[in-house]
Amino acid sequence: MPLARRPTGLWRDAWHRLTRNRAAVVSLVFVVLLVIVALFANLVAPYPFERQDLESTDLGPSAGHLFGTDLLGRDELSRMVYGSRISLAVALVDVLIVVLIGVPLGLAAGFFGKWLDTLIMRTVDVLLAFPSLLLVIVVITYLRAVLDQPTGPILSVIGGLDNLTGGLLGVFIALGLVSWLTVARLVRGQVLSLKEKEFVEAARMVGASNLRIMARHLLPNTLAPVIVAATFGIPGAIATEAGLSFLGLGVRPPLPSWGILIAEGVRNMRAFPHELLFPAVILAVTLICFNFLGDGLRDALDPKLKVD
Amino acid sequence: MTTFIVRRVLWMIPSLLVVFTLTFVVVHATPGSPWDESEKPLPEAVKQNLAKQYHLDDPLPKQYADYLINALHGDLGPSYRSVERSVSEIIAATLPVSAQLGLASMLFALLVGIPLGTLAAVKHNSWIDYTASFITVSGLATPPFVRVSLLVVALSLGVAWLPTGGWNGIWDVRSIIPTLAIGLGPAAILARYTRSSLLEVLGQDFIRTARAKGLQEVMIVLRHAMKNALIPVLTVAGVTLSNVITGAFFVERIYGVPGIGRQFVDSVTGRDYPLLLGIVLIFAILISVVNLLTDISYGYADPRIRYR
Repeated sequence: MPLARRPTGLWRDAWHRLTRNRAAVVSLVFVVLLVIVALFANLVAPYPFERQDLESTDLGPSAGHLFGTDLLGRDELSRMVYGSRISLAVALVDVLIVVLIGVPLGLAAGFFGKWLDTLIMRTVDVLLAFPSLLLVIVVITYLRAVLDQPTGPILSVIGGLDNLTGGLLGVFIALGLVSWLTVARLVRGQVLSLKEKEFVEAARMVGASNLRIMARHLLPNTLAPVIVAATFGIPGAIATEAGLSFLGLGVRPPLPSWGILIAEGVRNMRAFPHELLFPAVILAVTLICFNFLGDGLRDALDPKLKVD
Repeated sequence: MTTFIVRRVLWMIPSLLVVFTLTFVVVHATPGSPWDESEKPLPEAVKQNLAKQYHLDDPLPKQYADYLINALHGDLGPSYRSVERSVSEIIAATLPVSAQLGLASMLFALLVGIPLGTLAAVKHNSWIDYTASFITVSGLATPPFVRVSLLVVALSLGVAWLPTGGWNGIWDVRSIIPTLAIGLGPAAILARYTRSSLLEVLGQDFIRTARAKGLQEVMIVLRHAMKNALIPVLTVAGVTLSNVITGAFFVERIYGVPGIGRQFVDSVTGRDYPLLLGIVLIFAILISVVNLLTDISYGYADPRIRYR
């Protein structure tokens, strides 16, 4: 009698393995909650984030203000809730950069090889050799100065958009410089080994074009590691935005980035430590959850562990 | 081996030059200077004199060549902000502070990270492993400015064991919080690498032979496995250095440590471009040298590696 085992695909298997990982499930629930909070911030937040109440400044946590108020009497919880939008927008853009820049460049480098490979990979090597925050800060310094006094129509449009998004565009451009690097290297490595496989040769035999081979045969095979790498990249991007905003180089006040909330908390920490504690803990928990989710996805999507 | 070292040293020069040139071009393309910000605009004559003093009227290639030649003689030019101290003098005054802090953090990372990773690997899949991995992920996921904030809230404001900021040499209690805040990141990286590397080694044949001989488990791990497991851990030296440098940006600023990281952040917010350029150059050299030493020591530590 044949072994009774339902035929399962990669994704169903992976989902099964993911849901057995307790840390990953808890993290996934937290991330989903965070997305819901960010999407419905206007319904979740008890107050508008910019509303000041100078009669009730620097309050501790209470029923009316769960996380207390800041030095202008703004409700900390509401600011955190709206701040989650910024963090998740950064996460989304980071993933887009990975998918739209990192994956195609890695594919092209691995598939075409030769000078294109050398060019792309040397660029990646040089940029990866130095701390990404160092490069990001240098670029942000430049962008800030240029976009503040834009010359020419293109820069004016970009500067206008940057002002409209409260400085987020500069953060996005800086992220665009560094967050595709590891994924490009990863995809290239995968493609290098995949393109020698028989199924690629077979596809070529039946007359598939280069573009078709890359899109239909190579790309799907690199998907699992790309998903894992993208998930691991998200906490880095969120932390970069928070760090830049903390230094006053990212989002401009009064937009409530978590980095700005922490910076204001640091300024006020001796008298009112809760103003620092809440945003710092929430940011830390968010980053840890994305990491655990990445760990879970890696274990779930790695077919080498399929033995058990 | 000698040819490898020579070639590797020669490779360092173009990659350093690329980073320096890019930074130089970006910094010089950045409009504005600290003088633009003052409320009262400076008289035109004063501006001309300033431009003359900083050689801003020279053609860019000449400025670039002059800067490089002077830099090779240890002169990084005058600072925009500080009248009495040149860039070289500022760096000479602040780098030792950061170097002490950085070395202490690295030492902390080694003393905590490697034992933690070893313990996690030896007690694989036990509660010890899970606890260690939670500590590791927390250290990896939380950015340094969150770590230092939480440490100050807990150790200075909560139990009041340590001061809330300042610097009085590495042997003063004031250095404890910044050392912990910077060191936890590299400690987590080391723990993670040690764990996975040791797990791999512990599964190999010669370990089974050692067990079959009846050796004690402690001896097997310390004498047989660790020697092999720590070689791959060497490769993360560059990553940990990057981690320490970017950590110092935030930690030194928040905790009031007069180091080079704080100078870097101040040079960005204060638009002190010569200082910014000088510090980036110093960091780039530091990182390149450490990466070089890593590659060379890797070859000596593992005779199986053959360099061509």
